[in-house]
Amino acid sequence: MSHTIPLHYFLIVSTLMFFTGVAGFIIRRNLITILMSVELMLNSVNINFVAFNRYLYPDQMQGHFFTLFIVAIAAAEAAVAIALIINIYRKFNSIEVDHVDEMKY
Amino acid sequence: MNTFSYTFLIPILPLLMFLFIGLTGHKFKPIVSGVIGTVSLGIVTLLSYATAIQYFWGVGKIDEVFQTIIPYNYTWLQFWGNFKISMGILLDPISVMMLVVVSTVSFMVHIYSIGYMKGDGGFSRFFSFLSLFSFSMLGLVLATNIFQMYIFWELVGVSSFLLIGYYYEKPSAVAASKKAFIVTRFADFGFLIGILILSFYTGTFDFGVLTNPETTPVASMTGITFMGVSVVSWAMILIFAGGAGKSAMFPLHIWLPDAMEGPTPVSALIHAATMVVAGVYLVARMFVVYHFYAPGVQELIGYVGGFTSLFAAIIAITQFDIKRVLAFSTLSQIGYMMLALGVSGYGAEHGVGYMASMFHLFTHAMFKALLFLGAGSVIHAVHSNYMYDMGGLRKYMPITHITFLIATLTIAGVPFLSGFFSKDEILVAAFEHNKLLFAIEFLVAGITAFYMFRLYFNVFWGEDKHYHHTPHESPLVMTIPLMILAFGAIFAGYLPFAHMISPDKTPMHLHLHWNIAIPSVLIGLAGIALAWVLYKKKNPIPDKLASAFGTFYTTVYHKFYIDEIYLFVTHKILFNMVSRPVAWFDRHIVDGTMNGVAFIVTTSSNKIKGLQSGQLQQYAAVFIAGALGLVLLGIYFLQ
Repeated sequence: MSHTIPLHYFLIVSTLMFFTGVAGFIIRRNLITILMSVELMLNSVNINFVAFNRYLYPDQMQGHFFTLFIVAIAAAEAAVAIALIINIYRKFNSIEVDHVDEMKY
Repeated sequence: MNTFSYTFLIPILPLLMFLFIGLTGHKFKPIVSGVIGTVSLGIVTLLSYATAIQYFWGVGKIDEVFQTIIPYNYTWLQFWGNFKISMGILLDPISVMMLVVVSTVSFMVHIYSIGYMKGDGGFSRFFSFLSLFSFSMLGLVLATNIFQMYIFWELVGVSSFLLIGYYYEKPSAVAASKKAFIVTRFADFGFLIGILILSFYTGTFDFGVLTNPETTPVASMTGITFMGVSVVSWAMILIFAGGAGKSAMFPLHIWLPDAMEGPTPVSALIHAATMVVAGVYLVARMFVVYHFYAPGVQELIGYVGGFTSLFAAIIAITQFDIKRVLAFSTLSQIGYMMLALGVSGYGAEHGVGYMASMFHLFTHAMFKALLFLGAGSVIHAVHSNYMYDMGGLRKYMPITHITFLIATLTIAGVPFLSGFFSKDEILVAAFEHNKLLFAIEFLVAGITAFYMFRLYFNVFWGEDKHYHHTPHESPLVMTIPLMILAFGAIFAGYLPFAHMISPDKTPMHLHLHWNIAIPSVLIGLAGIALAWVLYKKKNPIPDKLASAFGTFYTTVYHKFYIDEIYLFVTHKILFNMVSRPVAWFDRHIVDGTMNGVAFIVTTSSNKIKGLQSGQLQQYAAVFIAGALGLVLLGIYFLQ
């Protein structure tokens, strides 16, 4: 298997993707962008799953199943999140996250 | 069931009337409450008379000894084994005698009140309270055990409180009702502790067990001492403290004169004839224990009674409020009864003091209720309590005048009226046992005659005062009870009391002791004569005498400043030395600690509440920073 890409390549990519997601989540003000950042984090995890599955237990399939599962859940979650965002827009006339701060002291 | 099964109606009827009038009284015309209350009390009175006749002349006596009959006794609260509190009915000579007294006076007062309270805004309230009082007093009298008696004892205290404070718009009435309640409650605290001590050692509350001279478990308490005095004496002295509070013995007498703020029929019923003799009744109930196991306390009772009777009689001379004169006279007469119990012996003819006490209780209830109701009739006519607003009333109020005169003669001990016989027996008992107490009582007999006739002459003789309208005789509904009670005051003395009541429940055979009766009648007549000279016509001698005695007169007029002493002790010493420092400690130290804790929490939360900003991304940043921190820490420590 010497011609294959080593595992840590995948891990570096997924780590970069994850922290890009984290940074986006914290920095961006637009709710849609924040949702996209969340998707980035989820997908970085998916890469990890697939990569570990391939390198550690090549004869098993759990990592793949989990990945598919997460993709499906992420789709549902995106639908819910967008519904929430639409409602927030109706109430606050904005989808800037720093305008949505009613739940404070 | 037995022949006395109907007696349960005696306390129950007034209770039902209390509930009925109290709950529905406002729906009818006021007079309806009055009439149904009176009718039910009339039934109770008839039942009481039936009980008395059946008991004394029927089934009560077996082999020349009066039996204790208990028609009902239900366990109300079971502790263990035989240690329980029951609710029941006990019939023996003194309880049956008290039944007659309480129901008769209560019935008379009910009739009288229909006239006296006419047009008063709280007419139904008044009658519901009267029924409550009758219920409690009858329950107290019929109690089979000391705890039942205590429960009803508190109930009469409450009804007394309610009735003294009946005119609740008047601050003085409110203050008087509070005073009466606090003083008697303070005394009842002693009573309760006494009951607890007694029942702790004997394991029973039952009168039948406690006062059986052969088998009383009190015998097992002898030899146990506390602070050098036997525990029996402690228990009995505390129980007597309860009795002294209710019966207004010195130094717990201060509430009774103030209690005259209540309506006059209430004074007649509660504060002259029935409730205030509950203390005497209690001591009589426990007489066996006092006599055999706490003779020192019995002697103390005698001295307290003697002192109170002299003390109150002296104060009565100087008072101008006619109800207060009668209140002090009540104190004095109850002192007589206590004294008689204090000097009584046990068995055969030695029990004369005990008998005399109950006899005097009976006759006193009649003539003192009559005096109060007569005073009420006078107050009703002239709208004043003070004798300097009265004079010459005999022309306007003939019935009140005659009945009042009868009662005054009775209390003065004029021969062949009831007071003469009962007072004579007390003097005989005192003469045989304690010459000092005899001397006091002999003197008090004269003082009593004097101050009662001072009252009588001032009110009914002398010249007319300036009245707002011409005084008129009270309506029949008020004068009929006066006449009935006058009948009682004259003839109650002819009841064969010695054959009915004695400490060992066997009839005694007594006759008048003329060697004591004649001097006591003479001193009574001397008192009357003195009052005649001083007060029959207006003359300057009383005022001159008052100024001649100067300080002494003022001291007596202010009731020996006992109230002021109490106020000094409570306000100056208790409040300033104890209550205020304790209150300061509570406000500043205890509350301060709590407030300080609350203050610290509030200020610090105010400072940090900005952390909850509602900004989602802030939270996320902190959360991630924390997670990263944990990871770094984990890496650092796991290496």
